Amino acid sequence: MAEILLETEDGDLDSVPMSLQMGPSHPAMHGTIKMRLKLDGEIVSRSEVEVGYLHRGFEKSCEAVTWTQVMPFTDRLNYVSPLCNNVGYCMAVEKLLGIRATDRCEYIRMIMAETSRIGDHMTSVGASAMELGGFTAFLYAIEVREEIWRLTETVTGARLTHSYCRVGGLKDDLPPDFEPNWRAIQKKCRTLIDDIHALLDKNRIFLDRMRDVGVISADRALAFGFTGPCLRSTGVDYDVRKAAPYMKYDRMKFEIPVGTIGDNYDRYLVRMEEIEQSFSIIEQCLKQIEPGPINVDDGRLVLPNKDEVYGSIEGTIAHFKIIMEGIKVPPGEVYSYTEAGNGELGFYLVSNGEGRPYKCRVRPPCWSLMQALPEMLEGYQVADIVPTFGSINMIGGECDR
Amino acid sequence: MSKKCVERLQAHFADQILSTHDAAGDETVVLKRDKLLDVLKFLRDEADLAFNLPVDLTVVDWYRIREPRFEVVYHLYSYRTKQRIRLKVPVDEDDARVPSSYSIWPGFDWYEREAYDLYGVVFDGHPNLKRILMWEGFEGHPLRKDYPINKRQPITTLLGEKS
Repeated sequence: MAEILLETEDGDLDSVPMSLQMGPSHPAMHGTIKMRLKLDGEIVSRSEVEVGYLHRGFEKSCEAVTWTQVMPFTDRLNYVSPLCNNVGYCMAVEKLLGIRATDRCEYIRMIMAETSRIGDHMTSVGASAMELGGFTAFLYAIEVREEIWRLTETVTGARLTHSYCRVGGLKDDLPPDFEPNWRAIQKKCRTLIDDIHALLDKNRIFLDRMRDVGVISADRALAFGFTGPCLRSTGVDYDVRKAAPYMKYDRMKFEIPVGTIGDNYDRYLVRMEEIEQSFSIIEQCLKQIEPGPINVDDGRLVLPNKDEVYGSIEGTIAHFKIIMEGIKVPPGEVYSYTEAGNGELGFYLVSNGEGRPYKCRVRPPCWSLMQALPEMLEGYQVADIVPTFGSINMIGGECDR
Repeated sequence: MSKKCVERLQAHFADQILSTHDAAGDETVVLKRDKLLDVLKFLRDEADLAFNLPVDLTVVDWYRIREPRFEVVYHLYSYRTKQRIRLKVPVDEDDARVPSSYSIWPGFDWYEREAYDLYGVVFDGHPNLKRILMWEGFEGHPLRKDYPINKRQPITTLLGEKS
């Protein structure tokens, strides 16, 4: 009976379109999203992405706290590269205030943001490799991230949620042994990254799964609002650090790696090359950085040091006012953008002159990438969802806010 | 540099522009809603403007501060000319709708859904305008200033059940 039911008129086995729900909690998905798939056999004919499972009301929370208290929330946006978010937010507030951080502060911010970027790219590459069965490469990549986190811990005091930047400066200066520590870590990381290259670059399985999968053209990528490694993999050399250099990036010599066809393998190569560029930027920063103050000299923005707070009435009052009322940001609106791990991280801030943001909008790079996912999956197999989704590097905290 | 595109807009759509400013270096044009799609198309298609990268779309709620209450804010970038521009379209609370820019940049698809979800601004002509961050059946629009921050709405319906 069963055989007769399965056979069609021309003798082939019958296949009917099937719908499949993938997620929100799925072992092959890093990130809580749900996909509704329409399958024609093994081929994805249509899909729809459902996000929002990690929505925490970032913007609403920001409107209820002072400008400084927003900092811990920004850590939790892209929690794989929190320092990029810290820097992006601080620069937006500073733009609204019309001030610029000190030279030393900018160099430190660049160093820390670049270490964060290395960690971000390593996580993305490692997770992609693991999902394709390359568990060793994953362990190596996570080892690199671990080394970087250990270093960041010596600087910021935290491994994941750093809250390192302050409006107009930083929490602390770099520790005195930062440079030797970095050199040691860099050496170790280089070996590990070389190993990852050796494991993956010409790996038959990795190539078959990554090459010509999840292809998107440059025009479509731009129309979808792509930025970051995913846009560069299509051959568009847009990098905020070059297109609109902020901090001291105009003094840095570095290249923008671009891909050719915008498939998963291009995205992997772009990320790996960007790590090299980040190493080079950190090296140049360490050469150029000079001693000096890390905070701007403005008592209305920067907390007085503890001696003053406990030793003088002016210090106590200044401390109290900044903590309780928040720093005063002049009324206005501003859009400030930086290059984060996944692309252009923008902050659109609106102030009405009070101690709290009137609006604190974040433009998450993932948001644009994720809406193009159905188009990138169409016509590929179910198994191709995993590497394509992995190479987009969606971070739930940033996408859903 | 971006001055030029503001001038171009002023030359072509003088009757549509309510005001302009460039505070903190961000070129901003406040527009009427009537010919919004024409303006957006103009910005994308003119060779010397070529705003091909839709950066951001959001809404500002000026509850009891300004009239009209909402402002839809567009941020655009041109990869070729490296210019940026911000467009703002004020809309009334009673008539909180703007034409959807989906046909011009598909990249504003989710941004418009988000603005609809969190602020309740309707984008006419959007092919799939439904909630994106909040769940179906959520009441109200959480980013409006008159939505209390401590209000809780538990999901009471079972999975798959229509609320």
